Amino acid sequence: MSAERPNYLGSFASFLWLGIIIIPVYWVVITSFKPQSAYYTSNPMLPAEPTLENYQAVIEADFLTYFLNSVIVTLGATVPAVLVSFMAAFAIVRGGRGRFLRFSNTVFLMGLACPLQAVIIPVYLIIIRLSLYDSHLALILPSIAFAIPLSVLILANFIRDVPNELFESMRMDGATEWGTMWRLAFPLTQPALITVAIYQGLQVWNAFLLPLVLTQSPELRVLPLALWAFQGEYGINVPAVLASVVLATLPILALYVIGRRHLLAGMTAGFSK
Amino acid sequence: MTSGSVSARQHGSLAWLVLPALVIFTAFGVIPLIGVLLLSFTSWNGIGEITPIGFENWVSVLTDPGLVHSLGVTFLIMALSWLVQTPMSILVGVFIAGQQRYRTVLAVLYFTPLLLSSAAIAITYKALLDPNFGLGASLGIPLLVQNWLGDPVLAIATVVFVVSWQFIPFHSLIYQGAVRQIPASLYEAARIDGAGRVRQFFSITLPQLKYTLITSSTMIVAGSMTLFDLIFVLTMGGPSDATRVLALDMYLRGFRGNMMGPASVIALIIVVVAVLLAMGVQRMGGKDANESRLEGA
Repeated sequence: MSAERPNYLGSFASFLWLGIIIIPVYWVVITSFKPQSAYYTSNPMLPAEPTLENYQAVIEADFLTYFLNSVIVTLGATVPAVLVSFMAAFAIVRGGRGRFLRFSNTVFLMGLACPLQAVIIPVYLIIIRLSLYDSHLALILPSIAFAIPLSVLILANFIRDVPNELFESMRMDGATEWGTMWRLAFPLTQPALITVAIYQGLQVWNAFLLPLVLTQSPELRVLPLALWAFQGEYGINVPAVLASVVLATLPILALYVIGRRHLLAGMTAGFSK
Repeated sequence: MTSGSVSARQHGSLAWLVLPALVIFTAFGVIPLIGVLLLSFTSWNGIGEITPIGFENWVSVLTDPGLVHSLGVTFLIMALSWLVQTPMSILVGVFIAGQQRYRTVLAVLYFTPLLLSSAAIAITYKALLDPNFGLGASLGIPLLVQNWLGDPVLAIATVVFVVSWQFIPFHSLIYQGAVRQIPASLYEAARIDGAGRVRQFFSITLPQLKYTLITSSTMIVAGSMTLFDLIFVLTMGGPSDATRVLALDMYLRGFRGNMMGPASVIALIIVVVAVLLAMGVQRMGGKDANESRLEGA
């Protein structure tokens, strides 16, 4: 491609869009370090009188509790979701053509078309009837359920690519299916498992509707809901509100910088198939 | 599939492995889907008794101009989002697929919106677009000083912009992945035939992206039908219902208005319309979508 003219239109569009993305992000970060007085008087695109008082205010407003709640709910939903999806995907791929497995696969495939928003009212009813309303488990269980269809699809596609000879030779060595699943398929599926875990983890971490509908106690709030509530209470103090946005994003940004390759590669593979 | 009837019998015992996933998905996915249908024929305020009332909710919702309005708003935002996101995502996706130099920097900054919650994005834009203290006002750029969220037309435009801001990185990512799968031999052949970049784009890249275009469009359509978080925090449906999309309409009627019956009717409309639209998009792509991709690979 080196002999060709550069892709002017593509470059222009990309850098224009990059600017559109960076400006708000940059503005949020520098504003979060300004004292409230400087927010109204200083140039919005330049740093002024940098201070940590906003961050201090946010952390004193129970940020750590909300952060821990988000960690609990995200881990509590993602780890089991990935494990049960992996087992289901393994059974669907390796379990032959049994009617029950095919039926299960169909249920999961149809589940892809079922948005959480559409069933939130019955989910609310079920959670109340199970006496789980206003608990972390109320968020975890439906989050696991709605992670399953896509996870099973991606993992099954991946397990299908494992050469059959590997399974056969393990069986020759006397391994049970259970052993084969964990000692052969699980390590070989790792890239897909990481992808699915990151993607579903991100979905749960950023979820808003479930926490809004299924919890009410302030001490149970997860981050997106806490941001919204904080904005309601401290809306006048814009730098503090923006500091809460930065704090809520920072952990996930740090993880992204570390796991970027997995996330991007997985999303590309998972969705362009 | 390598497993024939013999191995099917051998592996028959694997069925239990699917049970945990099936049970939990049935409990919180399948049963609620049936539940929402049943609830649409009942009267329930969210706390008290659930009483069957027949078709009353259906009649009241379907004859309510409010439904037509939120359906219209949803379709408008869907169409505009598609028009903004698709060309931009393709351009950017093609560009970053061919660039080695900027990839690392681009990947960290460019994909930041993928990580942010809708709540964080909405809060940021609310502050940024504030007509008195937002970016435009403090920079003194009159063009940017508008009542972005207070004027009905501007509010729709703002929602479309913010939705695009959030999702263009995602869609360009899947286009980028698809562009990388296009065999280089196609481009070499085209270059030997003397095709320029623009010609190559329209004769090779775009046709090869057909299947990804369908996937991406399906996601935009389905995503627009369930758009909730962002609008809830950004405008709460305002000003005066100008951005009251279906999912928000459902939430407000059900959880704020304590009328779960009519809200369930809207929930069902969301599912049915989303599935019909997604099937429509898939069909527009034609049945050869899979085959043409295989030929290319």
